[in-house]
Amino acid sequence: MSDSFAAEFARARAVAWKDLTTERRSKAGFNAVVSLALTILLLFGFALGPDSGAVRAAAPGALWLAALFASVLAFGRSFQVELDGGALEMLLLYPGSRRAIYVGKLLANLAFVGLLIAIVVVASMVLFQVTIPRAWPAVLGIIGLGAVGVTALGTFYAAIASRSRAREVLLPLLLFPMLVPVLLAAVQGTKALMAGDLMNEAGAWISLLAGFDLLFLLAGFLAFDAVIDA
Amino acid sequence: MTTTRQETDVIAPPAPGRWRLFGVFAIASLVVAQVVAVVISPPDRDMGHLQKIMYVHFPIALNMFVCYLVVLIGSVRYLMLRSERADLLAASAAEVGAVMTGLTLALGMLWAKPTWGVWWAWDPRLTSTLVLFLLATAYLALRAFVDDPERRATWSATVGILGALNVPIVYMSVRWWRTLHQVQSSPSSLDPEYVIGVRLNLTAVLLVTVYLIHSRYAAALTERAAENRAMAAALGANHGG
Amino acid sequence: MLVCGALAQLGERLVCNQEVIGSIPIRSTRLLEIDTAISTSLAIDARRVARRFGSRWVLTGASLSVAPGEAVGLIGENGSGKSTLLRILCTLLRPTAGDAAVFGFDVRQSARDVRRLVGFFPPAPGMYEELTARENLEFVRRMGEQPSASPDAALEEVGLAGLADQRVRGFSSGMLRRLALARLRMLRPRLLLLDEPYNNLDTAGIALVNATIRETVSGGGSALVVVHDTASAAPVLTRWFGLRGGRVAPEELPA
Repeated sequence: MSDSFAAEFARARAVAWKDLTTERRSKAGFNAVVSLALTILLLFGFALGPDSGAVRAAAPGALWLAALFASVLAFGRSFQVELDGGALEMLLLYPGSRRAIYVGKLLANLAFVGLLIAIVVVASMVLFQVTIPRAWPAVLGIIGLGAVGVTALGTFYAAIASRSRAREVLLPLLLFPMLVPVLLAAVQGTKALMAGDLMNEAGAWISLLAGFDLLFLLAGFLAFDAVIDA
Repeated sequence: MTTTRQETDVIAPPAPGRWRLFGVFAIASLVVAQVVAVVISPPDRDMGHLQKIMYVHFPIALNMFVCYLVVLIGSVRYLMLRSERADLLAASAAEVGAVMTGLTLALGMLWAKPTWGVWWAWDPRLTSTLVLFLLATAYLALRAFVDDPERRATWSATVGILGALNVPIVYMSVRWWRTLHQVQSSPSSLDPEYVIGVRLNLTAVLLVTVYLIHSRYAAALTERAAENRAMAAALGANHGG
Repeated sequence: MLVCGALAQLGERLVCNQEVIGSIPIRSTRLLEIDTAISTSLAIDARRVARRFGSRWVLTGASLSVAPGEAVGLIGENGSGKSTLLRILCTLLRPTAGDAAVFGFDVRQSARDVRRLVGFFPPAPGMYEELTARENLEFVRRMGEQPSASPDAALEEVGLAGLADQRVRGFSSGMLRRLALARLRMLRPRLLLLDEPYNNLDTAGIALVNATIRETVSGGGSALVVVHDTASAAPVLTRWFGLRGGRVAPEELPA
């Protein structure tokens, strides 16, 4: 094989660099997505409040849902850039493996979604009056692992949905049922940590989340070639 | 460039004769099974006639997995062989599977309301069946929203495989999330009177499932065969100049 | 004197050829294999290629052979399948039926090898708006397998050196075409597949396209050019084909 792992990874990094540079220059995109996530949080507050106890109990679920809804837009955008002006065709004509495109987009989306979730977590702690849990490094870990799970599948399904008719509807329709395990583990883990992890269950949810991440990363990586080629 | 490859299979519309007979037999067997289940077998000691839903609910739920197994096999076959027939078979099975999943959910709710007092409980089997229903809907929506046949086949095959593989994961995760579940029903844990009724229904529903999938598949083949005739005509004109 | 001049000219051309061939760095045995395959095969060998979109047949048995060193034109009405044929030859679309090979590599079975050889130049620029001209080409350099020219040299060649650090967002369509041409020249393909390459280009731009075709052809490569503007392409193209009813037929160049 002339295409060594290093060469493929260099391509993936080039794609990630290109996507992140594009995102950084058009700040409006990121700002809009974050604003949407914050709006959803606010609406959750109205829907569940004003009893602060109820709001606090619902915080972990609300924050993950807000992050999920907003990040769907990010996944759609990441392929929209390729579709405007026919860039995808050029991208597909480079001789290397197309999986480099998946990995590159995954890395860029991961940075985007990771930052988004972090902002949403901080905002929801303020809005929903959640005190910073003692095990905050574990919360960071859940944010990271949750972002990986959501992004692994989101990047993959965006490659399909963005090139179909009715892409706005199709992406969440395809993605959300698939994300049930990731969402469950992320929300339950966050909930346990925010409540002080009295039952000692956060660790189990975190390892479960890591397992789902691995599975979905592998699935996306293996299936991307066939999907982008069609 | 050594071989001349033909991507399109030679697809001919299937002969309906034997299958029509099979369909009559399948529906007749369903009728017989219902007579045995509803009329002949006695009502349940605790639940009375309510239990009779189980004669259809359980076979339909099991056969729904038969449908998704066909989707999985068809999808893998498509990705390996690029055979259009495999894609059409997977699509047909997915349609039938979606209907059966909907029926499973509806019958399950009808049973749950008087038994548990609620229409719905977040139990692993119920929840993962609902997720399965949503996955099947998404699969069919994807097929409806992609026009190019080859692209549609590739995408729905991958989506189908990933969805099918995700179902046990969803099941386990919901199970860990909440463990308010029943013991799995299987013919061996039931009284002998039920066993015959359930087995009869299982067979009858399987036959009907096979018939439905085949009918849908035959319709898709006929459609595709007409298109291929148009292609043959176009290519044939090339020879004539 | 005359003979001397002719010999000198011939020598110059040979050196020039060698330069073009030699400038493609051979970095792997795979590329070496490709080089041997190239020297013995047709640049384009399409046999009865058919392609449908849904139930609409765009190509119904298009056959075309182009030898190395040939630059041919393809004309046809809108929707006659010219772009579809180019996309099949560069592996972006799979043929529904029939076979096509580029320098001996089947577009289906050896798609990756085909991609190493072809340079597709579609009407859409395929550039990233938020990146500068240089960054766009830097991306090309990082993604390509055998980067020969540097982004700056390529920008210089197409006359965009002065705009290297400007974002592509503000470029006119003509400037975008030039930038796309710079990408094509950087990748140095053996087979050029150009789809309406003269659109939105001024006289200098047209000359640049023709120079690219000439350089490729003189290096043993080939070009298939879809054109409406036959006058611009006439100086560099040797044969013409027409695409009608989904099939290819030789065409006389309209005088």
